[in-house]
Amino acid sequence: MSLFTKKHWQRRHLTETFMKFIMRVSLAIVASALGLILWIVIVRGFPSLSWDMVTKIPEGGYYMGKGGGILNAIIGSAYLATGGTLLAILFSVPIALYLKTYLGDSKWGQYVRLSLDVLWGIPSIVYGAFGFALMIILGMRASLLAGIIILAFIELPIMTRAMDEVIRRMPTDLEHAALALGSTKFEVALRVVTRQMLPGITTAILLGFGRGIGDAASVLFTAGYTDRIPSSLMNPTASLPLAVFFQLGSPYPEVQERGYAAALILTIIVLAVSLGSRWLSSRLNRYTVK
Amino acid sequence: MSRFITNFNKQTEGRQPRPSATLRARQDTKARRAFFIFTLLPVLLIIFITVALFFRSWPIISEYGLSDLLFGEIWKPNQGLFGFRPFILGTFWVTIVGVVLAVPACLLASIYLAEYAHNRTRSFAKPILDLLAAIPPVVYGVWGLVAIVPFVDDVLAPLSDRWLGSVSIFEVNQPTGFNILSAGIVLAVMIAPLIISVMYEIFSTVPNDLRHASLAVGATQWQTIRNIVLPQVGPGILAAIVLGASRALGETIAVLMVVGNIPQIPTTIFDSAYPLPALIANNYGEMMSIPLYDAALLSAALVLLLVILIFNILSIIVLQRMLRKK
Repeated sequence: MSLFTKKHWQRRHLTETFMKFIMRVSLAIVASALGLILWIVIVRGFPSLSWDMVTKIPEGGYYMGKGGGILNAIIGSAYLATGGTLLAILFSVPIALYLKTYLGDSKWGQYVRLSLDVLWGIPSIVYGAFGFALMIILGMRASLLAGIIILAFIELPIMTRAMDEVIRRMPTDLEHAALALGSTKFEVALRVVTRQMLPGITTAILLGFGRGIGDAASVLFTAGYTDRIPSSLMNPTASLPLAVFFQLGSPYPEVQERGYAAALILTIIVLAVSLGSRWLSSRLNRYTVK
Repeated sequence: MSRFITNFNKQTEGRQPRPSATLRARQDTKARRAFFIFTLLPVLLIIFITVALFFRSWPIISEYGLSDLLFGEIWKPNQGLFGFRPFILGTFWVTIVGVVLAVPACLLASIYLAEYAHNRTRSFAKPILDLLAAIPPVVYGVWGLVAIVPFVDDVLAPLSDRWLGSVSIFEVNQPTGFNILSAGIVLAVMIAPLIISVMYEIFSTVPNDLRHASLAVGATQWQTIRNIVLPQVGPGILAAIVLGASRALGETIAVLMVVGNIPQIPTTIFDSAYPLPALIANNYGEMMSIPLYDAALLSAALVLLLVILIFNILSIIVLQRMLRKK
């Protein structure tokens, strides 16, 4: 009924209704893109998903449609992303702590945050090219180690900023209380802030891991690709995104199908990590002071 | 007397002796220095990446000159011809199409989330955006390959041919769906979560008093947004768009899979293109076999890096300023 009162025929109220409508439509379009992507990946990937895919390495003639799986890429990606994340934690935790306890909103703190944000924006292909340039200079070859180092560089700004955002919202009362009792800033950082940071660290780890495992352009240059599971840090390594990419580029339909299945596996891992981080951080948040 | 001392010792047994205040202060200074070295890392890393790429691409820059590289039209590494022009133009076409498609929807969606939506809608939208941001580029590429390329080929290209064929940028000259529009659509979805979340943050910097004042004098909500909120956040919106564009500029695998990779100077959105990141990724295998090829590809990465650095630094400074005001 209300639609027919005089008020609603005024132009501004019509505009209001109209704008609200197209805003809802825009949001729905963006949200439905997610559904569409997941649906496509599941529909295309599921039929060729098999137990062999996740438990076997490629056999002879795999890239012509013969038997085998992509265990090499799954393990390789797990190594790469885990290694990169561990290496990135070593640097991101101290940086986030220092930003919080010593720097706050000081000039240098702003510069550090700016440089982290800028690093975040550098595309992975540039990191890959940088890794490649570095490897030529050092005389290194494509290896698990090189891939891990480059992924650590990529994950560092993401993880640091994620932690920084979480501990920035932390109440400062606890910190002030500890300082008032005579602790030094270092002790505050170590005993108070680290505990409050725990949910932030978990979120950051999973965020970094998710980014690391999905990154293709950088490992293309630095980690290479191989059918074997790497046995040392100096071996080249396969990775899931590249397994998807290379198999889709094949002229054989069977191989392409397995590329779609590999994409589904990758998507499942990434979604599990992303949802897991949500769940974990909401659980851990209960134990921090708000 | 001695009894007292033994008692005292008993009490403190099992407790660690407390270091003196000076010792702790010294430890604090040491820690501060150690931490400071860690924070040098991100700043140094940016410089280091730029310098390393510059160093490796210097052979070709010194031999051909920067303008020959950037504006040269022919790419034939075998004959020593390295012209980036088709690739640079390809990058810009793809980025612009992606941004043009993404921005209106993102702006509207973020206004809705910031100004209209219930908390319930927000808590529903946030995980969706997070998941969209978490999906790896190669999966976007798969989606583009399976869904977008055929869609553009079968639906959009004929439609555009029929209704918009007279406008030169909508002309259809090529028979496949591997073109700039497909890449632009994929990119638009990829950069949407970033743009929306940045814009949302920006909207939340506008003080609520202003909104209340406007609503109190009888303005509708949209009038409030248009006349009060949007003028406050102009620079921030622009910064969000630039940030999204710089993300699109460097996107590699997803674009590579749907854009066709033909080194030509595109004239319509239905042409194939060959953006710079795709060039770098596609040729990494053979770049050591032809002289100067690796230098050429690394100089392409350098060009990309410099453009993105400028875009990023400008937009992040604007955003930091605006967010600090809050």
